[in-house]
Amino acid sequence: MQAFTILLDGVAYGMILFIISVGLTVTMGLMRIVNLAHGAFAMVGGYFATVLTLKGIPFLWSCVAAGLFAGALGALAEMTLYRPLYRKGELQQVLLTIGLCFICISALTLFVGATPLPAIVPAWLDRMVYIGYRDYPLYRLFLIGVGALMALVVWWIMERTLFGAKLRAAVDDPQMARAVGVNVNKLFLFTFVGGCALAGFGAAVGAGIMSLEPFYALRYLVYFLIVVAVGGMGSFRGSLVAALLIGVVDTAGRYLVPQFGGFLLYVLIFSLLLWRPNGLLPPKSAT
Amino acid sequence: MSEIARAPASLSPPSPLWHALPWALALGFFFVGDGYHSLGVNILVMILFTLSLDLALGYAGIITLGHAAFFGLGAYAAGLFNIHVDNDPLLGLAFASLLAAAFGLLTGMLILHTKGETLLMLTLAISEILYEAANHMRWLTRGDDGLDGIRPGPLLGLFRFDLWGKTSFLYVLAVLFVCFVISWRVVRSPFGRSLDGIRQNSRRMRAIGTPVWWRLVAMYALSAGMAGAAGALSAQTARLVGLSVFQLLTSGIVAVMLVLGGERRLYGAFIGATIYVLVQDIAGAINPFYWMFVIGVLLIVIVLFFEGGLMGVIDAARAKLVRKKASGEAK
Repeated sequence: MQAFTILLDGVAYGMILFIISVGLTVTMGLMRIVNLAHGAFAMVGGYFATVLTLKGIPFLWSCVAAGLFAGALGALAEMTLYRPLYRKGELQQVLLTIGLCFICISALTLFVGATPLPAIVPAWLDRMVYIGYRDYPLYRLFLIGVGALMALVVWWIMERTLFGAKLRAAVDDPQMARAVGVNVNKLFLFTFVGGCALAGFGAAVGAGIMSLEPFYALRYLVYFLIVVAVGGMGSFRGSLVAALLIGVVDTAGRYLVPQFGGFLLYVLIFSLLLWRPNGLLPPKSAT
Repeated sequence: MSEIARAPASLSPPSPLWHALPWALALGFFFVGDGYHSLGVNILVMILFTLSLDLALGYAGIITLGHAAFFGLGAYAAGLFNIHVDNDPLLGLAFASLLAAAFGLLTGMLILHTKGETLLMLTLAISEILYEAANHMRWLTRGDDGLDGIRPGPLLGLFRFDLWGKTSFLYVLAVLFVCFVISWRVVRSPFGRSLDGIRQNSRRMRAIGTPVWWRLVAMYALSAGMAGAAGALSAQTARLVGLSVFQLLTSGIVAVMLVLGGERRLYGAFIGATIYVLVQDIAGAINPFYWMFVIGVLLIVIVLFFEGGLMGVIDAARAKLVRKKASGEAK
């Protein structure tokens, strides 16, 4: 039964990773940009939600507001900073986005403070429920539900709407998509904003598991990047599978062999990437 | 390619006097910079680290976010060698750089088949693996307490390391000079030229018979060895190694220094690292988070407006001057 508990914990964690990282897989897969500032957008969203909640606004509303805020910031950044980057090399992309991270970290420290923020889990979520064999935190079940809902929404947009069809086409073959009249630049902007909004929302909702502090942007960035790389750049199903896998493996590793900690996870990722350099479920363009 | 247009080769090579300038400045600093020698040591170590990254990232085009792995490995190797084996600093330095180079060779052989984001992630994973390993081998590395008790013996058996870092300064400067000469020779050798080709078009280089993978691995190992030397120097002069050497931030910072100064210029490392450490020291004294803000803004400005870093700005100014002179002579 302990295995099932670990599985639940891992899935809850993986769902948060998925919500935050799914936007990054688009930026890296579709726009071919190494976006190290993704964690910063998530972090800013999380901070925004915490401040709102502490001011008395209901938890769910502040999470939605966090998503909107992060999305707006993303739109601003895409139009001013990211656009000139599309034609530059990876190193330039890495550096500009790291610069953005630095600015966010120092700005949040200056305005909010260097200490970790209190978790903003509301009272109606902060209790235990009986799940057949033991008590389990409702909050984690809630995260699993929200994650599943978000995955469903993303799946629906990708597979059932014209926008999604264009997006998939542009990921698979951007030149051809342009040639048949898809406005790829506009697609970039919308997906970037959507990705940032999801990241901000995810960080706000998941603040109870991944605690917010100024270095959040760098600390968890590695995890977001891993989800993208393991899932396959630009692959939505891949990022869901990878996020859940990483959530479960990381949680299991910490429970069962605490003396190794994150070591196992990184070794697994290293060998996985050597075995399949394009990730588990790469989009067609990469194969 | 715009790269060719940008190449500094279009300018006449600078006179030998220019090459003497940075070294003369460093030596001059040794005599007048009382009280600031340890800051100077810090700058020199970072220059060496940046120089090593310039070889891998700038010249060979190996995109990496894991150079901290080699720096950290060198630092821990030198520290542990000093504590457990022998306190001769040169032996420790040699041991650390050879170990880092061997590790670079090994991992390079594994990962240099890939490129782009996958390579980035693999390099990142390697430094994370080392971080976790160092964190959990407390009996060896003392985990997050940091490795202290490093007491390097006198240099060459003659010069003791003093409290003010004067010996350290000359020691690090000498090592940097040797590494710089090696780098200078390597990037101008046929081997270095072939890496220029690989960076610009690896497929074509393969087609004309260049063993692309081996060349990349060789350069990666050399760069790793140099990064290891920088780490060893840092351990020996600071007498302390912390886990943070393996963090993503360390790899990020060295890339920042490289681009600040300008990649593929060797001297770019000198300018970039100096400015970074100085800004960190000055701004950090006001507020530890202030320097992050300054560096962040600086990075964005450099990437968007000054490709080629500060050395690029200098080159552009020189080119303008040369043109003006030429047009003046024509009249």
